Amino acid sequence: MTQIVITVGIMSSISGVLALMLTLANQYIANYGECTITINQDKEFVVEGGSTLLSTLNEQELFLPSACGGKGTCGLCKCAIHEGAGPVLPTETSFLTEEDKEKNIRLSCQVKVKSDMQLGIPEDLLNARKYEAVVESIKELTDTIRFLRIKITDNQEIDFIPGQYVQLLAPPYPGNPEEVFRAYSLASSSSEKDSIELIIGYVEEGLVTTYVHQFLEEGDQVSFNGPFGDFYLQKDSDTEIVLIAVGTGLAPIRSILYQMKEESIDRKTTFFFGAKTEKDLVLADEMREFEEILPNFSYKPVLSRLKDDDPWEGDRGRVTDSIEKYIDDAENKEAYLCGSPVMIESAVEKLKEKGFTDEVIFYDEFG
Amino acid sequence: MEINPLVIFMASIFTNNMILANFLGMCSFIAVSKEIKTAWGLGQAVTFVLTGTSILNYLIYHHILVPYDLEYLRFIVFIILIAAFVQLVEMIVERYVPTLYYSLGIFLPLITVNCAILGVSLFMVIRDYNLIQSAFFGLGSGIGWALAIVALAGIRQKIKSAPVPQGLEGPGITLIIIGLMALAFIGFSGIANVQ
Repeated sequence: MTQIVITVGIMSSISGVLALMLTLANQYIANYGECTITINQDKEFVVEGGSTLLSTLNEQELFLPSACGGKGTCGLCKCAIHEGAGPVLPTETSFLTEEDKEKNIRLSCQVKVKSDMQLGIPEDLLNARKYEAVVESIKELTDTIRFLRIKITDNQEIDFIPGQYVQLLAPPYPGNPEEVFRAYSLASSSSEKDSIELIIGYVEEGLVTTYVHQFLEEGDQVSFNGPFGDFYLQKDSDTEIVLIAVGTGLAPIRSILYQMKEESIDRKTTFFFGAKTEKDLVLADEMREFEEILPNFSYKPVLSRLKDDDPWEGDRGRVTDSIEKYIDDAENKEAYLCGSPVMIESAVEKLKEKGFTDEVIFYDEFG
Repeated sequence: MEINPLVIFMASIFTNNMILANFLGMCSFIAVSKEIKTAWGLGQAVTFVLTGTSILNYLIYHHILVPYDLEYLRFIVFIILIAAFVQLVEMIVERYVPTLYYSLGIFLPLITVNCAILGVSLFMVIRDYNLIQSAFFGLGSGIGWALAIVALAGIRQKIKSAPVPQGLEGPGITLIIIGLMALAFIGFSGIANVQ
C-alpha cells in the first residue's frame, strides 16, 4: 500500500515540478504580451502576440490575400513590415525578390507577432472583408464557363470599385482535402451591394474551378473575401477607352460597363473581345444591349478558330489583329486589358507599337 | 574502477559515438543533414539537451528513484523529463533564434524522441557513472552527435553536384555515406575503449 502511495506521490511530484517549470517558462519566455500593430502610420490596434501576422490580422477583420491558407506556399500574403519583423526566415526567401527585401516586404503568414510592428498595407486591402453568402443561380455560359450569382447572407454590404476581384473559398471536397482561396473578378454592377456575380472558367486540375464546376449547386453556402485589386477605370481622365479581353476576362469589363451606364460616362469606348468560335462569345447579347444604351460604346468581337466557310461576318483572328486594324495611334487613349498572361503580353506589345505608354495601359492578369 | 571523466568524454565523441558506433538518433540525423548550417544548429540543440538531461536524470535517478526503490520507473521519468526539457529549449530557440527555429522545423520537437538522448540516460545508469562522469558523458555524446551530423552535412553538400545514380539519390546514398563514416570512426577505436 505505502509502495503505491509513494510511487504515485513521486511520479506526481516530478510531473508537477516539470509542469510548474514549463508554465513559468510559458509565462516569461513564450509570452510576447500585448503588441501594438500600426498600419500605414495611421490605424493602430493592440493584439496578443505569439501568432502569425496573417492570422492576427484576420482576427482584426483585416484580410490580406492568401491562396494557400497560411502555409507559405502561395506567396500572396506579402506586406511591408517596417519594424518588428526580425530577420527574413528561410521559408520566405523563395518568394521575396531583391526589390521586395529593400522595401521590407515579408510574408505575413510566416512572420510572428513578437513585438510592436509598423506595417505598410495598400489602402484598398484594408477595405477587404469576409462575407458569408449563398449561390442564388448558376448559368452555363458555355461548356467550360459558368456564371454565378451569389447573394450575401450575413447582412453585410459589399462596396467595390468595378474591376476589382474577390477571393472565393472552396471548402474541402472529394479529391481536395484542404480549403483553398482563388481570386475571381467581380462581374456585377457595383451598385448592387447585397449580391455579386462571377464568371468562372473551368481550368483542368484547378482546385477552385473544379469545385465550382463539379460540386457547386444552387442554394449552396459559400464564403468569399475582398474586394482586392487596383484594376479599375481611371475616372479623372476623359480619354477614349480601349477595352481588351478574352474568355473570362470579360468579367471586370462587364462591371466597368455597368459603371459607365450608371454614372453616364460617355467617353468613346471600344471593346475588343477575343474568343475561339461564335458560341464562346459569352454574354454577347448583353454587350449588344450596352451598345444601345451607351451611345459611344462599340463591341467588337474577334474569333480565332473559324473554318474558312463559316458565315461569321465580324472580325477574324486574335485581339492583337483587331488592335492593328482599328487603332491608329495612342493619342488620347487609355487601354484596359484583362485575360491570360499570354494574351496580355502580346496585346501590350502591340499597343506599345502603336505608341501607348505604360502609364495608359492598365491590366488585370488572370494567372 | 573509476574511469576518468575526460576519458569518457573523448570516448563518447570518437570511439563510442552515439550515431556512428551505436546507431542511435538516426531519424533527424538523416533528415536535417542537408545543410551544414542547420545541421550545426540541431547539433547544438542536441548537445544542450543531452548535457542538461543527463545531469537532471542522474540527479532524479540517484536522489529520488533509488532511495525509494523506484528504479523501474526510470523509462517514464526519463522520458517526461526529456520532453519537458525539449519543450523549454523549443521556447527559448523560438524566442531568441527564430531563423534557426524555422529551419529546424519539426525536428526540434522531435529531439524528444531522439533515441540518442534516452540512450545516454540509460547507458549512464547501466554503466553506473557518477554525476561528473554522467555530465561529461552527456556533453561528449552531444558533441559527437553534432560532429557526425555536421560532417555528414558537409559531405552531402559536396555530393549535391555529383552524378549519383538515380535510385540512390537522397536517403539511399546518405545511408551509404553513414556506413562509410562509421567504418572510418572504427579507426579511433584504439584510442579509448569504454563500455
